[in-house]
Amino acid sequence: MKYLDEYRDARLARGLIADIAQRTTRPWVLMEICGGQTHTLMRYGIDELIPPQVELVHGPGCPVCVTALETIDRAIQIASLPRVILVSYGDMLRVPGSHSDLFHVKAAGGDVRVAYSPMEALKVARANPERKVVFLGIGFETTAPANAMAVWQGAREGLGNFSMLASHFLVPPAIRMLLESPRNRVQGFIAPGHVCTVMGYRQYDELSRKYGVPIVVGGFEPVDLLEAISMLLAQLEQGRAEVENQYVRSVSCEGNRPAQELMDKVFEVCDRKWRGIGLIPQSGLRLRAEFAAHDAERVFDVAATTTEEPVECISALVLQGLKKPVDCPAFAVRCTPETPLGAPMVSGEGACAAYYQYRRPAHKL
Amino acid sequence: MCLAVPGKILETKEENGSRLGRVQFGGITRQVQLDFVPEAVIGDYVIVHVGFALSTVNAEEAERTYQLLAEMGMLDEELGSGQDSGVRIPDSGSSGSGSAES
Repeated sequence: MKYLDEYRDARLARGLIADIAQRTTRPWVLMEICGGQTHTLMRYGIDELIPPQVELVHGPGCPVCVTALETIDRAIQIASLPRVILVSYGDMLRVPGSHSDLFHVKAAGGDVRVAYSPMEALKVARANPERKVVFLGIGFETTAPANAMAVWQGAREGLGNFSMLASHFLVPPAIRMLLESPRNRVQGFIAPGHVCTVMGYRQYDELSRKYGVPIVVGGFEPVDLLEAISMLLAQLEQGRAEVENQYVRSVSCEGNRPAQELMDKVFEVCDRKWRGIGLIPQSGLRLRAEFAAHDAERVFDVAATTTEEPVECISALVLQGLKKPVDCPAFAVRCTPETPLGAPMVSGEGACAAYYQYRRPAHKL
Repeated sequence: MCLAVPGKILETKEENGSRLGRVQFGGITRQVQLDFVPEAVIGDYVIVHVGFALSTVNAEEAERTYQLLAEMGMLDEELGSGQDSGVRIPDSGSSGSGSAES
Protein backbone atom coordinates (compact mmCIF):
# COMPACT_ATOMS: atom_id res chain seq x y z
CA MET A 1 0.00 0.00 0.00
CA LYS A 2 1.43 3.28 -1.07
CA TYR A 3 2.60 5.62 1.67
CA LEU A 4 2.52 2.74 4.14
CA ASP A 5 4.78 -0.01 2.83
CA GLU A 6 7.69 2.32 2.19
CA TYR A 7 7.65 3.26 5.85
CA ARG A 8 7.92 -0.37 6.88
CA ASP A 9 10.94 -0.97 4.65
CA ALA A 10 13.58 -2.88 6.58
CA ARG A 11 16.45 -1.40 4.64
CA LEU A 12 15.39 2.15 5.48
CA ALA A 13 14.93 1.08 9.09
CA ARG A 14 18.42 -0.40 9.28
CA GLY A 15 19.90 2.81 7.90
CA LEU A 16 18.15 4.81 10.58
CA ILE A 17 19.11 2.39 13.34
CA ALA A 18 22.75 2.70 12.33
CA ASP A 19 22.38 6.48 12.23
CA ILE A 20 20.86 6.50 15.71
CA ALA A 21 23.59 4.25 17.07
CA GLN A 22 26.39 6.50 15.87
CA ARG A 23 24.66 9.66 17.13
CA THR A 24 24.07 8.51 20.67
CA THR A 25 26.88 9.31 23.07
CA ARG A 26 24.97 9.39 26.36
CA PRO A 27 21.65 8.36 27.99
CA TRP A 28 18.46 10.06 26.95
CA VAL A 29 14.80 9.68 27.87
CA LEU A 30 12.26 10.18 25.09
CA MET A 31 8.49 10.02 25.14
CA GLU A 32 6.12 9.22 22.32
CA ILE A 33 2.77 10.80 23.07
CA CYS A 34 0.36 8.73 21.04
CA GLY A 35 -0.77 5.21 21.88
CA GLY A 36 -0.74 4.33 18.19
CA GLN A 37 2.97 5.17 18.17
CA THR A 38 3.50 3.04 21.29
CA HIS A 39 1.99 0.07 19.52
CA THR A 40 4.27 0.44 16.53
CA LEU A 41 7.33 0.72 18.76
CA MET A 42 6.38 -2.43 20.63
CA ARG A 43 5.27 -4.37 17.60
CA TYR A 44 8.47 -3.78 15.66
CA GLY A 45 10.67 -4.00 18.74
CA ILE A 46 12.11 -0.57 18.08
CA ASP A 47 12.86 -0.05 21.75
CA GLU A 48 15.14 -3.08 21.53
CA LEU A 49 16.81 -2.04 18.27
CA ILE A 50 18.00 1.38 19.43
CA PRO A 51 20.93 1.77 21.84
CA PRO A 52 20.05 0.80 25.42
CA GLN A 53 20.99 4.30 26.64
CA VAL A 54 17.96 5.65 24.80
CA GLU A 55 14.91 4.99 26.95
CA LEU A 56 11.43 5.30 25.50
CA VAL A 57 8.62 6.08 27.90
CA HIS A 58 4.99 6.01 26.85
CA GLY A 59 2.68 8.99 26.99
CA PRO A 60 -1.02 9.49 27.66
CA GLY A 61 -2.13 9.74 24.04
CA CYS A 62 -4.85 7.15 24.24
CA PRO A 63 -8.29 8.75 24.41
CA VAL A 64 -9.94 5.49 25.39
CA CYS A 65 -7.49 5.23 28.30
CA VAL A 66 -7.93 8.79 29.57
CA THR A 67 -11.70 9.12 29.19
CA ALA A 68 -12.92 9.81 32.73
CA LEU A 69 -14.50 7.04 34.71
CA GLU A 70 -17.49 9.36 35.23
CA THR A 71 -17.99 9.51 31.45
CA ILE A 72 -17.92 5.74 31.11
CA ASP A 73 -20.38 5.38 33.97
CA ARG A 74 -22.61 8.02 32.43
CA ALA A 75 -22.49 6.27 29.05
CA ILE A 76 -23.42 3.00 30.73
CA GLN A 77 -26.34 4.66 32.50
CA ILE A 78 -27.59 6.27 29.31
CA ALA A 79 -27.20 3.06 27.32
CA SER A 80 -29.25 1.24 29.95
CA LEU A 81 -32.21 3.61 29.56
CA PRO A 82 -35.19 2.29 27.60
CA ARG A 83 -35.46 3.35 23.95
CA VAL A 84 -31.88 4.63 23.82
CA ILE A 85 -29.42 3.48 21.19
CA LEU A 86 -25.83 4.16 22.19
CA VAL A 87 -23.36 4.27 19.32
CA SER A 88 -19.65 4.12 20.07
CA TYR A 89 -16.22 3.54 18.60
CA GLY A 90 -15.39 -0.13 19.06
CA ASP A 91 -12.69 -0.13 21.68
CA MET A 92 -14.82 1.73 24.22
CA LEU A 93 -17.02 -1.30 24.71
CA ARG A 94 -14.80 -3.21 27.10
CA VAL A 95 -13.43 -0.26 29.06
CA PRO A 96 -14.20 -0.91 32.70
CA GLY A 97 -16.58 1.49 34.39
CA SER A 98 -17.08 1.50 38.16
CA HIS A 99 -19.32 -1.57 38.08
CA SER A 100 -19.84 -2.60 34.48
CA ASP A 101 -18.94 -1.81 30.89
CA LEU A 102 -20.82 -1.16 27.65
CA PHE A 103 -20.21 -4.69 26.46
CA HIS A 104 -22.11 -6.06 29.44
CA VAL A 105 -24.90 -3.55 28.88
CA LYS A 106 -25.16 -4.90 25.35
CA ALA A 107 -25.05 -8.49 26.54
CA ALA A 108 -27.89 -7.73 28.94
CA GLY A 109 -30.05 -6.48 26.06
CA GLY A 110 -29.07 -2.81 25.80
CA ASP A 111 -28.90 -1.37 22.28
CA VAL A 112 -25.22 -0.58 22.00
CA ARG A 113 -23.78 -0.35 18.50
CA VAL A 114 -20.26 0.01 17.19
CA ALA A 115 -19.46 2.56 14.50
CA TYR A 116 -16.36 3.28 12.47
CA SER A 117 -17.45 6.86 11.78
CA PRO A 118 -19.62 9.27 13.78
CA MET A 119 -21.70 9.84 10.64
CA GLU A 120 -23.04 6.30 11.08
CA ALA A 121 -24.62 7.46 14.33
CA LEU A 122 -26.51 10.10 12.33
CA LYS A 123 -27.75 7.38 10.00
CA VAL A 124 -29.02 5.40 12.99
CA ALA A 125 -30.78 8.51 14.31
CA ARG A 126 -32.47 9.15 10.96
CA ALA A 127 -33.59 5.53 10.73
CA ASN A 128 -34.97 5.44 14.28
CA PRO A 129 -36.86 8.71 14.85
CA GLU A 130 -38.74 7.35 17.85
CA ARG A 131 -35.55 6.35 19.70
CA LYS A 132 -32.93 8.56 21.31
CA VAL A 133 -29.55 8.01 19.68
CA VAL A 134 -26.43 8.97 21.62
CA PHE A 135 -22.94 8.94 20.16
CA LEU A 136 -20.03 8.49 22.56
CA GLY A 137 -17.70 11.01 20.97
CA ILE A 138 -14.26 10.52 22.44
CA GLY A 139 -10.90 11.43 21.06
CA PHE A 140 -8.04 13.84 20.80
CA GLU A 141 -7.78 16.62 18.26
CA THR A 142 -7.54 14.01 15.48
CA THR A 143 -11.11 12.89 15.99
CA ALA A 144 -12.61 16.23 17.03
CA PRO A 145 -13.31 17.46 13.47
CA ALA A 146 -15.27 14.29 12.61
CA ASN A 147 -17.19 14.38 15.88
CA ALA A 148 -17.86 18.10 15.32
CA MET A 149 -19.19 17.36 11.84
CA ALA A 150 -21.66 14.83 13.23
CA VAL A 151 -23.08 17.39 15.66
CA TRP A 152 -22.99 20.15 13.06
CA GLN A 153 -24.84 18.01 10.54
CA GLY A 154 -27.30 16.72 13.15
CA ALA A 155 -28.11 20.29 14.18
CA ARG A 156 -28.48 21.40 10.55
CA GLU A 157 -30.95 18.61 9.87
CA GLY A 158 -32.83 19.26 13.08
CA LEU A 159 -32.25 15.65 14.18
CA GLY A 160 -33.90 16.09 17.55
CA ASN A 161 -33.22 12.53 18.65
CA PHE A 162 -29.45 12.72 18.12
CA SER A 163 -26.99 13.81 20.79
CA MET A 164 -23.32 13.32 21.58
CA LEU A 165 -21.62 12.55 24.87
CA ALA A 166 -18.35 14.38 24.27
CA SER A 167 -15.08 13.39 25.87
CA HIS A 168 -12.38 15.30 24.05
CA PHE A 169 -8.79 15.88 25.05
CA LEU A 170 -6.06 18.26 23.91
CA VAL A 171 -2.41 17.25 23.74
CA PRO A 172 -0.39 20.41 24.49
CA PRO A 173 -1.82 20.91 28.03
CA ALA A 174 -0.91 17.31 28.83
CA ILE A 175 2.67 17.82 27.69
CA ARG A 176 2.81 20.96 29.81
CA MET A 177 1.54 19.01 32.83
CA LEU A 178 4.20 16.34 32.32
CA LEU A 179 6.97 18.94 31.95
CA GLU A 180 5.80 20.78 35.09
CA SER A 181 5.93 17.63 37.18
CA PRO A 182 8.97 17.34 39.47
CA ARG A 183 9.09 13.63 38.57
CA ASN A 184 9.52 14.31 34.87
CA ARG A 185 12.48 12.59 33.27
CA VAL A 186 11.49 13.10 29.63
CA GLN A 187 14.02 15.13 27.65
CA GLY A 188 12.47 14.97 24.18
CA PHE A 189 8.99 14.33 22.77
CA ILE A 190 7.62 12.67 19.68
CA ALA A 191 4.46 14.67 19.05
CA PRO A 192 1.45 12.81 17.64
CA GLY A 193 1.39 13.00 13.85
CA HIS A 194 -2.35 12.84 13.30
CA VAL A 195 -3.20 15.32 16.04
CA CYS A 196 -0.75 17.66 14.33
CA THR A 197 -2.23 16.87 10.91
CA VAL A 198 -5.33 18.62 12.24
CA MET A 199 -3.79 21.27 14.50
CA GLY A 200 -0.40 21.96 12.93
CA TYR A 201 2.54 22.33 15.28
CA ARG A 202 2.63 26.00 16.21
CA GLN A 203 1.30 25.22 19.67
CA TYR A 204 4.43 23.23 20.44
CA ASP A 205 6.83 26.15 19.85
CA GLU A 206 5.95 27.72 23.16
CA LEU A 207 6.42 24.44 25.04
CA SER A 208 9.74 23.72 23.36
CA ARG A 209 11.03 27.20 24.12
CA LYS A 210 9.75 27.52 27.66
CA TYR A 211 10.94 24.11 28.84
CA GLY A 212 13.96 23.77 26.57
CA VAL A 213 12.86 20.43 25.12
CA PRO A 214 13.10 19.26 21.53
CA ILE A 215 9.77 18.16 20.02
CA VAL A 216 9.54 16.25 16.75
CA VAL A 217 6.19 15.61 15.08
CA GLY A 218 6.26 11.93 14.17
CA GLY A 219 4.26 9.52 12.04
CA PHE A 220 3.13 6.02 12.92
CA GLU A 221 5.10 3.57 10.84
CA PRO A 222 8.39 2.12 12.05
CA VAL A 223 10.49 4.21 9.66
CA ASP A 224 8.63 7.35 10.77
CA LEU A 225 9.33 6.69 14.43
CA LEU A 226 12.96 5.79 13.83
CA GLU A 227 13.41 8.98 11.86
CA ALA A 228 11.71 11.02 14.59
CA ILE A 229 13.95 9.39 17.21
CA SER A 230 16.99 10.19 15.09
CA MET A 231 15.93 13.83 14.79
CA LEU A 232 15.33 14.12 18.54
CA LEU A 233 18.71 12.60 19.33
CA ALA A 234 20.44 14.93 16.88
CA GLN A 235 18.92 17.88 18.70
CA LEU A 236 19.73 16.54 22.16
CA GLU A 237 23.31 15.66 21.27
CA GLN A 238 23.77 19.08 19.69
CA GLY A 239 22.13 20.91 22.58
CA ARG A 240 19.24 22.25 20.51
CA ALA A 241 15.59 22.49 21.54
CA GLU A 242 13.26 23.15 18.63
CA VAL A 243 10.10 21.89 17.03
CA GLU A 244 10.73 19.83 13.91
CA ASN A 245 8.43 17.89 11.62
CA GLN A 246 9.24 14.35 10.56
CA TYR A 247 5.77 13.55 9.25
CA VAL A 248 6.00 16.00 6.36
CA ARG A 249 3.81 13.96 4.06
CA SER A 250 0.81 14.71 6.26
CA VAL A 251 1.64 17.56 8.62
CA SER A 252 2.08 21.24 7.87
CA CYS A 253 2.87 24.02 10.31
CA GLU A 254 -0.65 25.47 10.05
CA GLY A 255 -2.47 22.15 10.07
CA ASN A 256 -5.92 21.69 8.57
CA ARG A 257 -7.77 25.02 8.56
CA PRO A 258 -11.26 23.80 7.54
CA ALA A 259 -11.11 21.18 10.29
CA GLN A 260 -9.97 23.70 12.90
CA GLU A 261 -12.71 26.12 11.87
CA LEU A 262 -15.44 23.52 12.30
CA MET A 263 -14.01 22.42 15.64
CA ASP A 264 -14.12 26.02 16.76
CA LYS A 265 -17.76 26.42 15.65
CA VAL A 266 -18.91 23.35 17.55
CA PHE A 267 -16.57 23.01 20.53
CA GLU A 268 -15.03 25.25 23.16
CA VAL A 269 -12.05 24.59 25.41
CA CYS A 270 -12.81 23.49 28.97
CA ASP A 271 -11.12 21.93 31.97
CA ARG A 272 -11.08 18.17 31.79
CA LYS A 273 -10.43 15.27 34.08
CA TRP A 274 -8.08 12.64 32.63
CA ARG A 275 -8.64 9.18 34.00
CA GLY A 276 -5.83 8.30 36.35
CA ILE A 277 -4.10 11.64 35.96
CA GLY A 278 -6.72 14.03 37.30
CA LEU A 279 -7.87 17.45 36.25
CA ILE A 280 -5.76 19.28 33.67
CA PRO A 281 -7.01 22.86 33.17
CA GLN A 282 -8.10 23.86 29.68
CA SER A 283 -7.27 20.42 28.36
CA GLY A 284 -10.63 19.38 26.95
CA LEU A 285 -13.33 20.33 24.51
CA ARG A 286 -17.04 20.51 25.19
CA LEU A 287 -20.00 21.33 22.97
CA ARG A 288 -20.86 25.00 22.77
CA ALA A 289 -24.11 26.18 24.38
CA GLU A 290 -25.84 26.60 21.01
CA PHE A 291 -25.63 22.81 20.57
CA ALA A 292 -27.24 22.08 23.94
CA ALA A 293 -30.06 20.16 22.26
CA HIS A 294 -27.45 17.70 20.97
CA ASP A 295 -25.32 17.55 24.11
CA ALA A 296 -26.03 14.28 25.90
CA GLU A 297 -24.70 15.79 29.14
CA ARG A 298 -27.66 18.18 29.10
CA VAL A 299 -30.24 16.01 27.35
CA PHE A 300 -29.96 13.18 29.85
CA ASP A 301 -30.40 14.02 33.46
CA VAL A 302 -28.48 11.12 34.93
CA ALA A 303 -27.55 11.36 38.59
CA ALA A 304 -23.85 11.58 39.45
CA THR A 305 -22.46 8.24 40.50
CA THR A 306 -19.69 7.48 42.92
CA THR A 307 -16.79 6.23 40.87
CA GLU A 308 -14.56 3.38 41.91
CA GLU A 309 -11.27 2.48 40.32
CA PRO A 310 -9.87 -1.00 40.93
CA VAL A 311 -7.28 -0.66 43.67
CA GLU A 312 -4.62 -2.62 41.82
CA CYS A 313 -4.63 -0.64 38.59
CA ILE A 314 -1.55 1.55 38.13
CA SER A 315 -2.68 3.03 34.81
CA ALA A 316 -2.22 6.57 36.14
CA LEU A 317 1.51 5.94 36.48
CA VAL A 318 1.71 4.13 33.13
CA LEU A 319 -0.03 6.98 31.30
CA GLN A 320 2.48 9.48 32.63
CA GLY A 321 5.42 7.30 31.68
CA LEU A 322 6.40 6.74 35.32
CA LYS A 323 5.92 2.98 35.23
CA LYS A 324 5.89 0.41 32.48
CA PRO A 325 2.99 -2.05 32.16
CA VAL A 326 5.29 -4.92 33.09
CA ASP A 327 5.94 -3.21 36.44
CA CYS A 328 2.33 -3.86 37.43
CA PRO A 329 1.81 -6.94 39.63
CA ALA A 330 -1.57 -7.59 37.99
CA PHE A 331 -0.19 -7.40 34.43
CA ALA A 332 -1.11 -10.49 32.38
CA VAL A 333 -2.21 -12.23 35.55
CA ARG A 334 -5.36 -10.60 36.88
CA CYS A 335 -5.43 -7.93 34.19
CA THR A 336 -5.78 -9.15 30.61
CA PRO A 337 -7.64 -7.85 27.56
CA GLU A 338 -10.55 -10.14 28.42
CA THR A 339 -10.60 -9.16 32.10
CA PRO A 340 -9.12 -5.66 32.15
CA LEU A 341 -8.66 -3.79 35.41
CA GLY A 342 -8.08 -0.54 33.58
CA ALA A 343 -8.48 1.09 30.20
CA PRO A 344 -4.88 0.81 28.88
CA MET A 345 -5.23 -2.98 28.77
CA VAL A 346 -8.32 -2.91 26.63
CA SER A 347 -7.74 -0.01 24.28
CA GLY A 348 -6.27 -0.61 20.85
CA GLU A 349 -3.78 2.12 21.71
CA GLY A 350 -3.23 1.32 25.36
CA ALA A 351 0.34 0.77 26.50
CA CYS A 352 -0.68 -2.25 28.59
CA ALA A 353 -2.41 -3.85 25.63
CA ALA A 354 0.70 -3.27 23.51
CA TYR A 355 2.93 -4.94 26.08
CA TYR A 356 0.46 -7.77 26.48
CA GLN A 357 0.49 -8.42 22.77
CA TYR A 358 4.16 -7.99 22.06
CA ARG A 359 6.10 -8.12 25.28
CA ARG A 360 4.68 -10.59 27.76
CA PRO A 361 7.39 -12.35 29.75
CA ALA A 362 7.64 -15.99 28.73
CA HIS A 363 6.25 -17.34 31.96
CA LYS A 364 3.06 -15.32 31.50
CA LEU A 365 2.23 -16.58 28.00
CA MET B 1 -7.98 5.55 17.74
CA CYS B 2 -5.54 7.87 16.01
CA LEU B 3 -5.27 5.23 13.39
CA ALA B 4 -5.41 6.96 10.05
CA VAL B 5 -4.66 5.30 6.75
CA PRO B 6 -3.56 6.68 3.37
CA GLY B 7 -5.81 5.95 0.39
CA LYS B 8 -6.25 7.10 -3.19
CA ILE B 9 -9.27 9.13 -4.34
CA LEU B 10 -10.95 7.38 -7.26
CA GLU B 11 -14.16 9.41 -7.53
CA THR B 12 -15.83 12.34 -5.86
CA LYS B 13 -19.45 13.49 -5.57
CA GLU B 14 -21.59 16.00 -3.73
CA GLU B 15 -24.27 14.75 -1.37
CA ASN B 16 -26.25 16.49 1.33
CA GLY B 17 -23.97 19.52 1.29
CA SER B 18 -20.83 17.41 1.71
CA ARG B 19 -18.14 16.33 -0.70
CA LEU B 20 -17.69 12.57 -0.62
CA GLY B 21 -14.99 10.48 -2.19
CA ARG B 22 -14.60 6.85 -3.11
CA VAL B 23 -11.15 6.07 -1.73
CA GLN B 24 -9.07 2.98 -2.36
CA PHE B 25 -6.99 1.45 0.43
CA GLY B 26 -5.02 -1.49 -0.92
CA GLY B 27 -7.67 -3.99 -1.92
CA ILE B 28 -10.76 -2.22 -0.61
CA THR B 29 -12.61 0.99 -1.34
CA ARG B 30 -14.62 3.04 1.15
CA GLN B 31 -16.70 6.15 1.06
CA VAL B 32 -14.84 9.01 2.73
CA GLN B 33 -15.91 12.54 3.62
CA LEU B 34 -13.70 15.11 1.92
CA ASP B 35 -15.10 18.17 3.72
CA PHE B 36 -11.75 18.97 5.34
CA VAL B 37 -9.66 18.60 2.17
CA PRO B 38 -11.35 20.89 -0.39
CA GLU B 39 -8.12 20.97 -2.42
CA ALA B 40 -7.95 17.17 -2.86
CA VAL B 41 -8.74 15.86 -6.32
CA ILE B 42 -9.10 12.48 -8.01
CA GLY B 43 -5.74 10.74 -8.02
CA ASP B 44 -4.57 12.38 -4.78
CA TYR B 45 -3.77 10.31 -1.73
CA VAL B 46 -5.46 11.36 1.48
CA ILE B 47 -4.95 10.35 5.11
CA VAL B 48 -8.29 9.04 6.42
CA HIS B 49 -9.46 8.81 10.03
CA VAL B 50 -12.93 7.62 11.12
CA GLY B 51 -14.32 8.17 7.65
CA PHE B 52 -12.87 11.66 7.12
CA ALA B 53 -9.87 12.74 5.05
CA LEU B 54 -7.65 14.89 7.27
CA SER B 55 -4.85 15.75 4.86
CA THR B 56 -3.75 15.34 1.28
CA VAL B 57 -0.45 13.47 1.14
CA ASN B 58 2.31 15.81 0.09
CA ALA B 59 3.74 13.60 -2.62
CA GLU B 60 6.79 15.80 -3.24
CA GLU B 61 7.83 15.86 0.39
CA ALA B 62 7.21 12.16 0.72
CA GLU B 63 9.40 11.46 -2.31
CA ARG B 64 12.18 13.75 -1.16
CA THR B 65 12.42 12.27 2.30
CA TYR B 66 12.12 8.75 0.96
CA GLN B 67 15.16 9.35 -1.25
CA LEU B 68 17.18 10.65 1.70
CA LEU B 69 16.25 7.67 3.81
CA ALA B 70 16.99 5.27 0.98
CA GLU B 71 20.46 6.74 0.65
CA MET B 72 20.98 6.29 4.36
CA GLY B 73 19.83 2.70 4.04
CA MET B 74 22.13 1.99 1.09
CA LEU B 75 25.06 3.58 2.85
CA ASP B 76 24.51 1.32 5.83
CA GLU B 77 24.39 -1.73 3.56
CA GLU B 78 27.59 -0.78 1.75
CA LEU B 79 29.52 -0.16 4.91
CA GLY B 80 28.05 -3.10 6.80
CA SER B 81 26.61 -2.27 10.21
CA GLY B 82 28.33 1.05 11.00
CA GLN B 83 29.33 0.13 14.56
CA ASP B 84 30.91 -3.28 13.96
CA SER B 85 33.15 -2.20 11.13
CA GLY B 86 34.40 0.70 13.20
CA VAL B 87 33.59 3.08 10.39
CA ARG B 88 31.94 6.31 11.45
CA ILE B 89 29.22 7.26 8.99
CA PRO B 90 30.04 10.89 8.17
CA ASP B 91 27.43 13.34 9.39
CA SER B 92 26.09 14.84 6.18
CA GLY B 93 25.01 17.90 8.13
CA SER B 94 21.30 17.17 8.02
CA SER B 95 19.62 15.98 11.15
CA GLY B 96 17.39 13.69 9.15
CA SER B 97 14.87 14.98 6.66
CA GLY B 98 11.92 17.28 6.96
CA SER B 99 13.11 19.72 9.62
CA ALA B 100 10.94 22.76 10.24
CA GLU B 101 13.36 24.93 8.35
CA SER B 102 13.76 23.03 5.10
